[in-house]
Parts: sequence; structure tokens; C-alpha cells
Amino acid sequence: MSRQAAIGWTRVAVIVGFLAALEILCRMKVINPLTLIPPSEMAMALWGLFVSGKIWDDIAQTFSTVALAFVFSVTVGFALGALIHALPRVRRAVDPLLASYYSIPFFVFYPLLIALFGLNTVPLIVIGFVFATAAMVISTLNGLDRVPRVMTKTARILRLSPAQAVMQVTLPSAAPYLFTGLKLALAYSFIGVIAGEFILSGGGLGFSIAYAYNEFDNQTMYALMMFVLVIATVMNGALHVWEQRLLKRRTRA
Amino acid sequence: MTTQPPAWLTLGGRAFDGVVILALFVAVWQGLYAYAGDAAITSPLATLAYASSLVQTANFWANADATLLAFFYSLVISIVLGVALGLVLGARRFAGDVAEPMLVALYTVPKVTLYPLILLIFGLGLSAKVAFGVIHGVIPIVLFTLNAVKNINPVLLRTARVMRLTPWQTVSTVLAPAVMPELITGVRVGFSLTMLGVLIGEMFASQRGLGFLIINGISLHNVRMTTAVILIVVTFAIVANGLLLWVDKRMYRGAAGV
Repeated sequence: MSRQAAIGWTRVAVIVGFLAALEILCRMKVINPLTLIPPSEMAMALWGLFVSGKIWDDIAQTFSTVALAFVFSVTVGFALGALIHALPRVRRAVDPLLASYYSIPFFVFYPLLIALFGLNTVPLIVIGFVFATAAMVISTLNGLDRVPRVMTKTARILRLSPAQAVMQVTLPSAAPYLFTGLKLALAYSFIGVIAGEFILSGGGLGFSIAYAYNEFDNQTMYALMMFVLVIATVMNGALHVWEQRLLKRRTRA
Repeated sequence: MTTQPPAWLTLGGRAFDGVVILALFVAVWQGLYAYAGDAAITSPLATLAYASSLVQTANFWANADATLLAFFYSLVISIVLGVALGLVLGARRFAGDVAEPMLVALYTVPKVTLYPLILLIFGLGLSAKVAFGVIHGVIPIVLFTLNAVKNINPVLLRTARVMRLTPWQTVSTVLAPAVMPELITGVRVGFSLTMLGVLIGEMFASQRGLGFLIINGISLHNVRMTTAVILIVVTFAIVANGLLLWVDKRMYRGAAGV
């Protein structure tokens, strides 16, 4: 067995072992059932939510909000990144701002956004957008910084038009960094939207978790928690695999 | 003889950039105020005035103390736990390789959803806030420490052995200085995330703290309070991060000079 495979299997074993230990401890009542329910019961409750159809509205609301925040943050983040890259003077001024951007606890603005836009999905989109955009800006700058000089020179020698140079040289060359930006933007919009829903909102997965907590409805609460954690992990995992494949193709070429 | 303006005030100076950005920020804020009015947000000047009177009230400090105490505990626990775990996982290659992607995955998961679980374990109060701060702050500190240890130049360790340094000497004169810059970066990121965790914890199901004041201001239509507390919290975050960033840069310069 190769080392890579051994690492992979150990990882699986750790997760399975953790879930099994949780299951046993809960079943033996070492862990109070009012605190935590066994993972199998969470899965059953989740299945129940799917069958009864209660969960679909929340899923639709949360994912459409995340999708909007993601699309806005990626487009605006990429455009801003390209613009800042083109203007070195502006860049020197914004660099310290970007470096300390994520030290600002943005969620404190969320209540203010509700006061500004009302208790609907707009504050959620805005908080997800604000949280995710800087990651895309930073990744775009990183990517454009690392386009090799040789490539841009070659493009000039081949007399590519500016549009051709961007499409055939700059973008493919910056692609891995842009991909990192997409990945972070997705994770951050998801975190932003769910956290906003959780703190104060009228619907969505985060809201339903907070609601179930207040109603002492542990079955629903843990089912939804499990769903969110699994979806986030699968989403990140899928993007990671896709990224690895892109990188492998580059090194072969 | 014409007198030159001081360097920091010229078009190329750092401080000039800072002033322009601050002015832009205040202009956007004023614009928002003009658009939304007193019901949603207070003007920059009014907020500053209210914030300066707020910091003289005992009520504000009771809440600020609650937040700072929870933040202090979670930061200490995050750093101790994060550095210890990072050192162990960095020194044991296999364990590190198994754990690293799992930690990265945990980092990108919306941890807010775990808050009810923490509340059920610890009950409402200080310990729940501390625990929530820790789960936010500990992961980046582990990751940065892990990578710092993993990337230590093996020549350094071999040299330490050749020079017959005692284990304690090896740690204090070779290992600690080698990992310190990345560790400080980890602590800086952990600092911000721990604070985020504590504040989110206070915004949901809490009766004390600055996060509570912010959310309570909205529930009671006391927008003045919310805006002023946000201004204070954000200023604190930016100043603290600026200081850590400064230490961080000095560390890297020191490491490069060796």
C-alpha cells in the first residue's frame, strides 16, 4: 500500500472511529441524550425531513442566497482585482487594507444591514458578498502577479490583440489562483449566509437550526446541523479534487 | 528657501493614503446615512459623539469586560492548544499528513451551526462563549504551527546535533526562533477569528457583552447604540491587527537577516 493510500485510509478510519465512538457513548447514555443524539438518529431525522418535505424550502432559500452572494462576490472581486492590478498607485494604498480586511469581525455589521435593508434576504446576500469578495480580490491579484514575464513578452512578439492576450495567455496562466479565489469565495459566502440566518432572519437552514434550538427540538436541530456540515465538506472536497486535476493537467502539459 | 512638507504628508506617503481611504470610508458612511436616515444608521459625527459618551458609562464597561474576559480566555486556550497540537502534528509527519486536509475542511465549514451543541454542553454563559471562540481560533494556529515545524530546514537540526546542544538548548536557540515568524502569523489570524467567534456567540443567545449590545440595540430600535458599539469593536479589531501585523513584519525581517 502506498503512503498516499495509507494516509487516505487512516483519514477514513479516524472519521468512522469518531462517529462510532459518538454512537456508542450516546447509546450507553454516557452522553446525555438531551445534549447530543447518536449520529444514526441524526441521519434518520434528516431522512424524515426530506421525506416530509419540510427541509426543501430552507434548502431553496439558503442555496439561492448563497448562489447570489457567490456570483456577485466573484464578478465584483475579479473586476476589482484586475482594476487594482492595473493601477499600481491605488494598489499601494489598498494593500494594507486587504492585509487587515479579515481581521474585521464583519458579522457585527449584520444587524445594521437589517436596519438598512429590512429583514429579508438582501442583508444575507450583502454579508456573504462582503465576506467573500476580498478573498477573490486577493486571489486575482496573486494570480495576475504571477503571470510569467516570458509569457506576456511572447504574446507581444506573436502580436496578439489585447483581448487575445488576456484570453489565451493571462487568464490560463492565472487560473490556479483564480480557482483558489472561487473556492474561498464559495466557502465564505456559505459561512456568511448561514451565520446571518442563524443570528437573525426569517428562513433558511441557519434560521431553522436556531429555531429548533429554541424549541428544544434536538432531532431536527441535529439533522440540519449534520446536513450543513456534510454539504459544506462535500462542496469543498469536490472543488479540491477538481483543483488537483487541473493542476495535474498543467504539470503534464 | 521653500520648506518641503513632511514626507508623510506628500502624495506618495503612507499616511496620505490612509487619510484618503479614511475619508472615502466616512463619505460612504455619510452617503448611507443620507439614504437610509436616522431609523437605520446614525451619521459618522453623531456616532463618534455617542461612542465617546458611551465609553464613560459603567453599563458599557460591564459589557465590554464580559467580552474581553471571554476573548482573553479563548485566545489563551486557542494559542496553547493550537501551538501544542501544531508542534505534535508537525513533528509526526504521518499524523500531520492525515490531519492537515481535515483541519482545512473544518476551517471552511460554517461553525456557527455548532453553537447550539456548545450551548447544550456548556450552558448559557461565559464558558460557552469561550468554547465557541476557541473552535474558531484554534484551527489556523494549528495549521500555521504545523507548517512552520514541517518546513524547518533539516540542516538546522543536524547542526544542533553536531554542536551537541542539549534538547532545551535546541528548542530555545534553534527550533523556537525558526518557527516564531509563522507562529506569530498564526496567532494574528487566530486573534481575529477568536474575536469573531466570541462576538457571534454573544449575538446569539446571550445577555451580556458587546455582541449582545449590538443585537439588543436593533431589537430595541436603539440604532445609535448599535452603530456606536460597532464602531468601537471594529476600531479595536483594526488597531490590534495593525499592532500584530507590525510585530509579524519585524519577525520576518529578523528571520531573513539571520
